[in-house]
Amino acid sequence: MNTGATKSIDINGPAGTRAATAAKAHGFIAPPKMRKPLHLGWLVMTLYLIFLLLPIYWLVNMSFKTNVEITNTFSLWPNDPTLRNYTVIFTDPSWYNGYINSITYVVMNTVISIAVALPAAYAFSRYRFLGDKHLFFWLLTNRMAPPAVFALPFFQLYSAFGLIDTHIAVALAHCLFNVPLAVWILEGFMSGVPREIDETAYIDGYSFPRFFVKIFMPLIASGIGVTAFFCFMFSWVELLLARTLTTTAAKPIAAIMTRTVSASGLDWGVLAAAGVLTIIPGALVIWFVRNYIAKGFALGRV
Amino acid sequence: MDRPTNQKAWFLVLPVLLLVAFSAIIPLMTVVNYSVQDTFGNNEFFWAGTAWFEEMLHSQRFHEALARNLIFSAIILAIQIPLGIVVALSMPRKGIGVSICLVLMALPLLIPWNVVGTIWQVFGRVDIGLLGHTLEAIGIDYNYVRDPLDAWFTIILMDVWHWTSLVALLCYAGLVSIPEAYYQAARIDGASRWAVFRYIQLPKMNRVLLIAVLLRFMDSFMIYTEPFVVTGGGPGNSTTFLSIDLVKMAVGQFDLGPAAAMSIIYFLIVLLLSWIFYTVMTNYERGGQ
Amino acid sequence: MNFAWMAWTLPTAIFFTTIFLILVGMGVWEYVSPGGAPRVGILRFETTRGDRLFVSLLGSAFICLAWLGLVGPNLWWALGLSLAYAVIVFRWV
Repeated sequence: MNTGATKSIDINGPAGTRAATAAKAHGFIAPPKMRKPLHLGWLVMTLYLIFLLLPIYWLVNMSFKTNVEITNTFSLWPNDPTLRNYTVIFTDPSWYNGYINSITYVVMNTVISIAVALPAAYAFSRYRFLGDKHLFFWLLTNRMAPPAVFALPFFQLYSAFGLIDTHIAVALAHCLFNVPLAVWILEGFMSGVPREIDETAYIDGYSFPRFFVKIFMPLIASGIGVTAFFCFMFSWVELLLARTLTTTAAKPIAAIMTRTVSASGLDWGVLAAAGVLTIIPGALVIWFVRNYIAKGFALGRV
Repeated sequence: MDRPTNQKAWFLVLPVLLLVAFSAIIPLMTVVNYSVQDTFGNNEFFWAGTAWFEEMLHSQRFHEALARNLIFSAIILAIQIPLGIVVALSMPRKGIGVSICLVLMALPLLIPWNVVGTIWQVFGRVDIGLLGHTLEAIGIDYNYVRDPLDAWFTIILMDVWHWTSLVALLCYAGLVSIPEAYYQAARIDGASRWAVFRYIQLPKMNRVLLIAVLLRFMDSFMIYTEPFVVTGGGPGNSTTFLSIDLVKMAVGQFDLGPAAAMSIIYFLIVLLLSWIFYTVMTNYERGGQ
Repeated sequence: MNFAWMAWTLPTAIFFTTIFLILVGMGVWEYVSPGGAPRVGILRFETTRGDRLFVSLLGSAFICLAWLGLVGPNLWWALGLSLAYAVIVFRWV
C-alpha cells in the first residue's frame, strides 16, 4: 500500500517536469534565436497588420459617429464622438439578450464537446480497435461537411424533438463540427504523453476514471485549454445553423444585427457598435491563450 | 503503431458516436430520403426516383455554381498559402512583439462571419467606406454592387483578410518546432537564406501546410455567410457559390427534392476531396517518420 | 415524437439497411479473421480491408452519378458496374 502511494507520487513529479521540458524543447515558449526573420520582415509584418486592422478600425470609427456624420461627411476619425450607439444597445433588452444567448450556447457547446471528446480522444491515442481509423476519418468528414447541407434537416429534426429556439439546440448542432475538431486536437496532445504514465498508474491501483481525472487531465491541461479555445471560436463565429434553429428566445446577437438593421432602415452607427461588441469577447479569449496559440494551431502534433 | 488492441475502447468512443450520429446520420438519411421524392408541404411525399439527380447533373445553374466555387477555392489557395508563409517567416523573433503579432493576427478569426461580411460591406462602399472611397478618389471605377469583377475582388480580399492568419499561424507553429541545431549547421555550411528556407524550413512546414490546404480548401468550398452578407450572391448570380445556391433553393424556394439531390452531390464531392487530402496526409506522416 | 418528416420510402430503407449490413458484415469478418497489416496496392498507398470498402462505396456513388449524368436513368447497369469495380478494388488496390 505504502510503496504504491509513494510510487505514484514519483510518477507525478518527473512526468510534470518532463512535460515542461518537452514544451520548452518544442520551442513554442522561447523561439530559437537562430531563426532569423525575413529581410525586411518587419515591413511585411507591419503592412500585413495594417491591412488586418484597417477594416476593424473603420468599424470602430463608425461606431462613435452619429448617423448624420457617417452618411454626410467622410472623415478618418469621429469629429463629434458620441456614445449614443452603445447606449442604444445596452438599454434595449432585445439587443443585449442577443449577447447573452450567444454566450450561453457557445459555453454549452464548449462544455459538451470537450466532455464527450476527452474519452474518445484517449481511446484513439492509446488503443487499437476494430474500425478505429475509419471512425476517426468519419468524424473528420463531419468537420468538412457544408453546414448548408444540414440546415434544413436540422430544422426538421429539432422540431420533432421540440427543441427549436432553445440554446441546447444550437449547442448540439454546433457539436457537428466541434466534436470532431476537439477529438482531433486532443488526440494530438494525448499522443505526446508517454504511455508509461498510464501503465504505472494502473499498476499502482488507480481506477480508470480516477487516473483520468487526477493524473491524466492535469498533464494535458494546456491541450484542453487550446481545444476549448477552438470550440469557442467556431461556435461563436457560426451563424447559418444558429439562425436556422432559433426564432426569438435564443437568437444569437449576430442574427439580431441583420434583422434590426433591415427593420429600422439603415442605422449604421448601431450596426457598427454591435459589430464592435461582437469582436470584444473574441479578443479577450485570444489574449488569455496567446502563449498557446501557435501550439494550438499546429493541432498539438508538430 | 505499437498501441495495444483493446476492443473495450469502443465504450470510450460511444458518447461521441451517439452524439454525432444524432446530429449527422439522421439528417443525412433525411436528405437522402428527400432526394428521391417530391413534396408540396404538409409532409406529403411522392416518389420521384432519380429524377432530381438527373436534373441536377444536367442543370446549368448547378454547373455554374460548382465552377464558381472551384475557381474561388483555387484563387484563395493561390493567394493565402504563399502569403501565409511569407507572414510566418516575417514574425519577430521574441519579446512582446511575438505576443502582439499573434493576438492581432488571430483577431479576424474570432469575428462572427456575418460581422466579417458587414465590416467589408461597409468598408467597400463608395459613399461611406474607406476602401471604396479611396479607390474612387484615386480614379478607379469601383462598385461591388453593380460590377461582378469588383464583387469578386471584394470577396477575395475579404477572405484573404479573414483567413490568411490561419495559414500564417499554422506555418509559424511549424517553424518554431525546428531545433536550433539545424540553423547552426546551416550557418556553419554557409547556407544562403533561400537554402535555409528550401531545405530546412519548408520540409518542416510540410505537414502544417497540408493541414492548412485541407482546412482552407474545405472552408472556402462551403463558404456561405460572408459573401451572402456582402453581395447576396449578386450582382446577378456572379457570386452565388454552392452553399448560397443550396440555401436559396431549400429555404427560399422550398424545392426540397432538388436541394436534397444537390446536397448529396455536393457532399460526395467534399467527401472525395477530403479523403484524398487525408490519405495523402497520413501516408506522408508514415513516410516521414 | 413524430418521424413522418423523415419521409422514409422502401427503396431508401433497403439502401440504408444494406449499407448497415455491409458494415456489420465487415466488422464480423475482421473480428473472425483479421485482414492483417495494410498492403500497398496499384494505387501506391496503404490500404486495409476497411479502406478498400470505403473506396468501393465512394467509387460506386460516383459511378452511379456518372451513369445518371451521361447515360440514363436505368441504374441496374450502374449497380453491376459498381459491383465489378468493388471486386477489382478488393483484389488489387
